[in-house]
Amino acid sequence: MNEIIPEKKLTIKDFTSDQEVRWCPGCGDYAILKCMQRTLPELGATKENTVFVSGIGCSSRFPYYMDTYGFHTIHGRAPAVATGLKITNPELDVWMITGDGDGLSIGGNHMLHVLRRNVDINILLFNNKIYGLTKGQYSPTSEPGMKTPSTPMGSIDPALNPISFALGSGARFVARTVDTAQKHMPGVFAAAKNFKGAAFVEILQNCLVYNDDAWSDLTEKSVVKDRQLLLEHGAPMIYGKEGDKGIIFNPKTMHLEAVTIGENGVTEADILVHDSGNLMMARMICEVGFGDGMPVAMGVLYDNPADVSYDIAVNDQVAAVANSGVTLKDIMHRGQTWTV
Amino acid sequence: MSDTQILESAVVRFAGDSGDGMQLTGSQFTSSTALAGSDLSTFPDFPAEIRAPVGTTFGVSAFQINFGARAIKTVGDQPDVLVAMNPAALKVNIDFLRKGGTLVVDTGTFTKRNLAKAGYESNPLEGDGLEDFQVIELDISRMTQEAVKPFGLSNKDGLRSKNMWTLGLMLWMFSRSRKPIADWLENKFAKLPNIAAANVAALNAGHAFGETAELSSSVKRYQIGAAPVESGLYRTVTGAQAISWGLVKGGELAGLKIMLGSYPITPASPILHTLSSLKELGVITFQAEDEIAAVCAALGAAYGGALGITSSSGPGIALKGEAMGLAISTELPLVIVNSQRGGPSTGLPTKTEQSDLYQAIYGRNGDAPMPVLATRSPADCFDTAIEACRLAVKYMTPVMLLTDGFIGNAAEPWKLPDLDSYADFKVNFKAGPDEEGFNPYARDAKTLARNWAIPGTKGCEHRIGGIEKDYDTGHISYDADNHQKMTDVRADKISGIADDIADQIIEQGTANSPLAVVGWGSTFGPISEAVKIARSEGIDVAHVQIRHLFPFPANLGAMLGGFKHIVVPEMNKGQLKTVLRDVYLVDAEPLNKVSGMPFKIEEILDVIRARAGAEAAA
Repeated sequence: MNEIIPEKKLTIKDFTSDQEVRWCPGCGDYAILKCMQRTLPELGATKENTVFVSGIGCSSRFPYYMDTYGFHTIHGRAPAVATGLKITNPELDVWMITGDGDGLSIGGNHMLHVLRRNVDINILLFNNKIYGLTKGQYSPTSEPGMKTPSTPMGSIDPALNPISFALGSGARFVARTVDTAQKHMPGVFAAAKNFKGAAFVEILQNCLVYNDDAWSDLTEKSVVKDRQLLLEHGAPMIYGKEGDKGIIFNPKTMHLEAVTIGENGVTEADILVHDSGNLMMARMICEVGFGDGMPVAMGVLYDNPADVSYDIAVNDQVAAVANSGVTLKDIMHRGQTWTV
Repeated sequence: MSDTQILESAVVRFAGDSGDGMQLTGSQFTSSTALAGSDLSTFPDFPAEIRAPVGTTFGVSAFQINFGARAIKTVGDQPDVLVAMNPAALKVNIDFLRKGGTLVVDTGTFTKRNLAKAGYESNPLEGDGLEDFQVIELDISRMTQEAVKPFGLSNKDGLRSKNMWTLGLMLWMFSRSRKPIADWLENKFAKLPNIAAANVAALNAGHAFGETAELSSSVKRYQIGAAPVESGLYRTVTGAQAISWGLVKGGELAGLKIMLGSYPITPASPILHTLSSLKELGVITFQAEDEIAAVCAALGAAYGGALGITSSSGPGIALKGEAMGLAISTELPLVIVNSQRGGPSTGLPTKTEQSDLYQAIYGRNGDAPMPVLATRSPADCFDTAIEACRLAVKYMTPVMLLTDGFIGNAAEPWKLPDLDSYADFKVNFKAGPDEEGFNPYARDAKTLARNWAIPGTKGCEHRIGGIEKDYDTGHISYDADNHQKMTDVRADKISGIADDIADQIIEQGTANSPLAVVGWGSTFGPISEAVKIARSEGIDVAHVQIRHLFPFPANLGAMLGGFKHIVVPEMNKGQLKTVLRDVYLVDAEPLNKVSGMPFKIEEILDVIRARAGAEAAA
């Protein structure tokens, strides 16, 4: 009788490569890396079927530190490489690591199309609102007025909202989390991994050297509860230290508004209930919290899978006609031939 | 027929408005000619605009075919017959026609308005200027309308069959069968039987006109027989078809599925179209959002264990440069096909040129060597594509496969190869780690190719990327000596390919000929014919056509060193000439042409004669 040896349960160590991590001490990337190394074994991932594909930038060094397959590609092009890989082998669990510069500036076009096509990969965009590896220039998500080496008089570019961009591109899964939110992040990773299609996750990440306190106005312990709205499908959008604040939809202005339950006749029944399958709700809730006195929405904002992801559809088309016995010779002999 | 003249070969050029269907007419004439067993070479010569304003000179589209009862290697220097469907077509093409040649014109289009559009102040058919030619003036428009009258088509729709009327006349003139074309029409318009019948009627009417009309007695009917070729099964093939099929065969021989990442661009798109139609063979194609994504997706596919392919033309290849560098650095196999066109920048999208050789050999940042191969003819594309695949997987390297717009679109008869006769080059992926683990940069001692393990392989998890890696471990390394070592090994790996490719052969002449004409790519035809004629005139001249442009075959240096004079005809400003001078310090003399047209035999022959004459005088 064959003895069945149970597979050894993988741990954080199995997903940690022997490479020395070279981010700046205190970088938010460390926390994301640790969380990933810890979460993957919990989600039942295997090392050999997991691939990290990245572009260029601080965040894109991520694959070197994961003891899985990894491809550190070129600036902005990770979505295209990941698409080619996933089409070739849909069995792989492909994660893409990018940043606000890599993913939204030089790679903005590819990001649009990988989301539009709905390729079944998990995209983690580390948003620190700055170019770190090139030493501190402003990025597409930097706030206007930011003084950097390339904007000595302050940036005049409006800032891009990554989630809004993703939804506009046709993404069917978008989520947001924070580098330091070690309890929140694993759930977001799990939801992204389970989603069959392109899953877009914005991770608010701090750059200690070039943009310290990038997100402290919503991540400082003292303000977290008032500045972050933790979304849960089917639950009312309630937040605040006292748990008495909520989000309502004002049909007259077509805007979301922050209200206090018990004030001005507002009751809990007035508060919006999060529906992660509602695109319009996702479009509205992703925009709030940036300079409008409202909280920033965290968690899964939108989760609405298509019938089939792109990589599967590509292979289905081939499978529908392949193995019909037609050979290259048959193709070459099709049409008019003659014998001499 | 007693008045049928037997010809060894003839050149016919169909010219008309972009909307007149000249490419279709030409390709159908080609089919009929191929089926008759003549050897042939075609040259579709069309404008960049899809439908330029009707009647203008810049909207003229032409299709030239050279066919004969002998081996045909060029499209012919000068047409013997020119068909001009309107004044603009006459104006643009009349200078090509050989003196004494036959000009067929559709007088129905020679209206005041069309003459003005073509820039004619007066009707050229009425004045002087065409006396060197046999002019056949026919109101093809009217006769077509009469032929299709029974089918109740609108005036406009009826006139669409003009090209078939004209084709019918040409089929009569060259004693070709109408049957395959009638069959093709009935198949193409199977759902529109009325249209099919109208076109067949026009075709028959044109043919009947030739048989019955009292054309001037000087207009002869011609018979061009079958060319003496090897026995076998033949078909006509374009370069784009043959490349696509060769890539599929290459994938089979490597034991890999093939994945094409591409973005539409003239004149490379037919390769995307052809491969996209081969899903039956398991071919995966991906039309990417841009050229960069196309090559990156192909590279991602290669990383995943497929044979990655990308196809484009010069401007697109420029965009792919950085990703090619990544393929070189990560040492993944990739085939990059460049269907060259006139440059720089957008240049001449529909016209042929071979001016991307520097780009192919040198056009990347860093010391980034990559094998470069060139196809010489449509049929040659098949074997050259297979060779590109072989080198890519055996040496774990991207390979540049150069073809051009002329080869891609031109057709020639092709003896279908025995597909079982090709030796395979199966890839052996690493199935698991060795005792000491898995090192992606451990190399084969002979080829210097690195280990290839694909995602999904247990125990071989590894990271690769564009950052320099340690020679021994493959980990990131910024060490100075290591970079020297890695740069050297990448160069040595590619230069070592010289010993694994066929020796350079001399097509005509000998190693002792004092003069050699050295070419690459689609200049093969005109050089071959020019050298043949020169040799028949007693000039001792050799012809060398190089397929492997980087690295060169191992014996090429010694071979070139043996010639006293070397002339290098190229459709650029002298790129191979420069590379030959650099690599071998030989006195290669340029012969350049960048008019968007292939070389004429005469242009190369003149230079051969001049060199031979100078030699004799010296």
